[in-house]
Amino acid sequence: MAIALVLVLIVIGSVLFHVLSPWWSTPIASNWSYIDNTLVITFWITGTVFAAVVLFMAYCIYRFRHKEGVKADYAPENRKLESWLTVVTAIGVAALLAPGLFVWSRFITVPKDATEVEVVAQQWQWNFRLPGVDGKLGTSNTRLVSADNPLGINPDDPDNKNNIIVIAADLHLPVGKPVNMVMRSIDVLHDFYVPEFRARMDLVPGMVTHFWFTPTRTGTFEVLCAKLCGVGHAFMRGVVKVDTEQDYQAWLQQQQTFAQMNAAAQKTGALEHPAGSTNEVAAKAN
Amino acid sequence: MTDVTPQEAEFIPPAEVAEVELYHPHSWWTRYVFSQDAKVIAIQYAGTAMSIGFVALVLSWLMRLKLGFPDTFSFITPDAYYQFMTMHGMIMVIYLLTALFLGGFGNYLIPLMVGARDMVFPYVNMLSYWIYLLAVLVLVASFFAPGGPTGAGWTLYPPQAITSGTPGGVSWGIILMLVSLILFIIGFTMGGLNYVVTVLQGRTRGMTLMRLPLTVWGIFTATVMALLAFPALFVACVMMLFDRVVGSSFFMPAVVDMGTPLPHNGGSPLLWQHLFWFFGHPEVYIVALPAFGIVSDLIATHARKNIFGYRMMVWAIIIIGALSFVVWAHHMYVSGMYPYFGFFFATTTLIIAVPTAIKVYNWVLTLWKGDIHLTLPMLFALAFIITFINGGLSGLFLGNVVVDVPLSDTMFVVAHFHMVMGVAPVLVVFGAIYHWYPKITGRMLNETMGRIHFWVTFLGTYMIFFPMHYIGLVGIPRRYPELGDTAFIPPSVHTLNEFITIAALVVGAAQLVFLFNLFWSLRYGKEAGDNPWRATTLEWQTAGTPPPHGNFGKELPVVYRWAYDYSVPGAPEDFIPQNDPSPLTQGGPA
Repeated sequence: MAIALVLVLIVIGSVLFHVLSPWWSTPIASNWSYIDNTLVITFWITGTVFAAVVLFMAYCIYRFRHKEGVKADYAPENRKLESWLTVVTAIGVAALLAPGLFVWSRFITVPKDATEVEVVAQQWQWNFRLPGVDGKLGTSNTRLVSADNPLGINPDDPDNKNNIIVIAADLHLPVGKPVNMVMRSIDVLHDFYVPEFRARMDLVPGMVTHFWFTPTRTGTFEVLCAKLCGVGHAFMRGVVKVDTEQDYQAWLQQQQTFAQMNAAAQKTGALEHPAGSTNEVAAKAN
Repeated sequence: MTDVTPQEAEFIPPAEVAEVELYHPHSWWTRYVFSQDAKVIAIQYAGTAMSIGFVALVLSWLMRLKLGFPDTFSFITPDAYYQFMTMHGMIMVIYLLTALFLGGFGNYLIPLMVGARDMVFPYVNMLSYWIYLLAVLVLVASFFAPGGPTGAGWTLYPPQAITSGTPGGVSWGIILMLVSLILFIIGFTMGGLNYVVTVLQGRTRGMTLMRLPLTVWGIFTATVMALLAFPALFVACVMMLFDRVVGSSFFMPAVVDMGTPLPHNGGSPLLWQHLFWFFGHPEVYIVALPAFGIVSDLIATHARKNIFGYRMMVWAIIIIGALSFVVWAHHMYVSGMYPYFGFFFATTTLIIAVPTAIKVYNWVLTLWKGDIHLTLPMLFALAFIITFINGGLSGLFLGNVVVDVPLSDTMFVVAHFHMVMGVAPVLVVFGAIYHWYPKITGRMLNETMGRIHFWVTFLGTYMIFFPMHYIGLVGIPRRYPELGDTAFIPPSVHTLNEFITIAALVVGAAQLVFLFNLFWSLRYGKEAGDNPWRATTLEWQTAGTPPPHGNFGKELPVVYRWAYDYSVPGAPEDFIPQNDPSPLTQGGPA
């Protein structure tokens, strides 16, 4: 009989845990509150089903436990009940699926005014590239990757000249502007994961993947790698800083372009961050 | 009820074909080692699977120690953690659960339950086990190879699986892993063909398909699925072996490995993912369907009531089996694949919830107006249902494409699949062992040890995996040996991790009680007799326990009724065996 009581306690305990536990999604920092809403709907529907079925089970175990001289009922089928349960379940499933697919269609439709930012992952760091004055990201090829050109950017492509290169440093984004993250990896699978943004995607060598979101509040957010990428996986961290437009422009002016990076590399023979250099071209572009 | 009473006459066809003589053992070696008796092969399979499963259990303790107390267990390096994690996953899914359900329970129960003397191809059946053992030995060898076993995660995603940033990636680990999987699939195919052909071809007279116990339906359907799904993994493993050994580029695009450009070009990492999950998702049901079948029979027997909606249960098994081949890419929603696949795979995935829910309803409705005996097999069956409901419902989060986006690759996923395809099937394995051990050995397992084992395992696993969902909800990624200083992770998560680790160690200790019980009861268990549970199915009607080679006496049993004639009104007993010819209420669907 203990089992019937335990089942009831499991339902009560699970519900209390859900309500009282301090563990919940991080405060959202993007436009994807749709995803959170769908998640909450799913919690409600599944939670109700869980409680109902387990409590019914507990009742059956208590009510129909073995008693001397009592025989079980003999009832092989009940088509009416079975069809009824099938229909109700199908409706419940449709209620979950419909909002899910609706939000997914938004997820995969990138707004036309989204600016592109390139993420280039390698074991075990995050690099970024932003378009220059003409708003274009130039071509790249993993075969061109070298110590002087860690992102494998095509030096012969004029579109690349003014691209802004951020190697293993923070990425800044302006608040309130949709951004399309265009992503490459030069070695293995990675996954650009900022829990507060909800949206995310894998980075796959040999392919360009993407996802979009709009940062909705300023702040500093940690980037984690969420696809096993070797022994350094858990330590592959980065930072996204969501700035006001003004702070963003200030940051942008501090960054170096691909052309400046090449010039610096030629001068010193190694990759160095030209500290304090300004980037008037990029500033004008924004 | 009237529309399900059999209208077809109880016509039992005469035996048209003479029986084939079995190969009887001539020596100790052919009786106990190179035996062609499915029951001996079953015990060999089960013994090997549980031994390697014990290794997986120990690996899980080491992982949990690192996760709960990263500073104390700093000697467990990330390399070692990833190796433990990979081997734990691979062993549990393939070498323990698949081998135990199909090679173990399949071999023992199929011939007995369908009324056959043995599997149809006993020699091939024996080969199947020995190749499986070889696969396990190759897997074990990777622990001792230079560089250790692979640490690529059980999904072995390339390019990472064969590059230098992963343990075993450019040494022996990944090669031995792939060779072991290839061997496993060869061995399984030999056994699998046997199980399918025996069910279709070896049934005794009167055992129509719609009179088969659901255990047989579950194992049969799972085996058909495995025969269709494993070839995808086989092909993928062969291709990756080529990429790793001869430098071909099936899965390898142009990449830079720690600053060194590799000569690969033109391969696709996503191709592996599609092939792997084309196997990997049916694999979930290859483990689940035998559990579904077995648990149905445990509930019916111990609630002394026919399984509710038998025909619906059979069709649900078949529909789930078929649908499980068109849902695989729900493991790849954030992989960068063609985004419109999301609509298709989310829809198919959620549709599969309907037949699955029907199975749950029918188990619970079998309890309604039953005569519930809370025996150990029944307790484990009940624990399975609640664990499975929990794990199944969290699957509705992950299957619903956009809800999966924030949860993918977090601890929520780990919690989900452990509930649904780790703990739930394992609870059925335990229930089944408590149920059939008396037939296999002639003795009952000790009740007190069994109850300790039950309560600690059931409540302990719930305490491990229920809170783990919420760690994932916070956003903690899976496959992190330690969380480090991360701004969004509150200290309470570390406390919860410590709690989970302690719970895992306690649950692990309870398995030692079970292991001890298995050996202790062999000698000191209560005598079981032929049919201790008063069950209807044919394995309990053998002449002698354990059943001799050839299973039944001189004559094979003839079947007159379905497997669920419990508590038939007017019958003197509360069960009527399937081979009982009495004309009294031959119930069940026609």
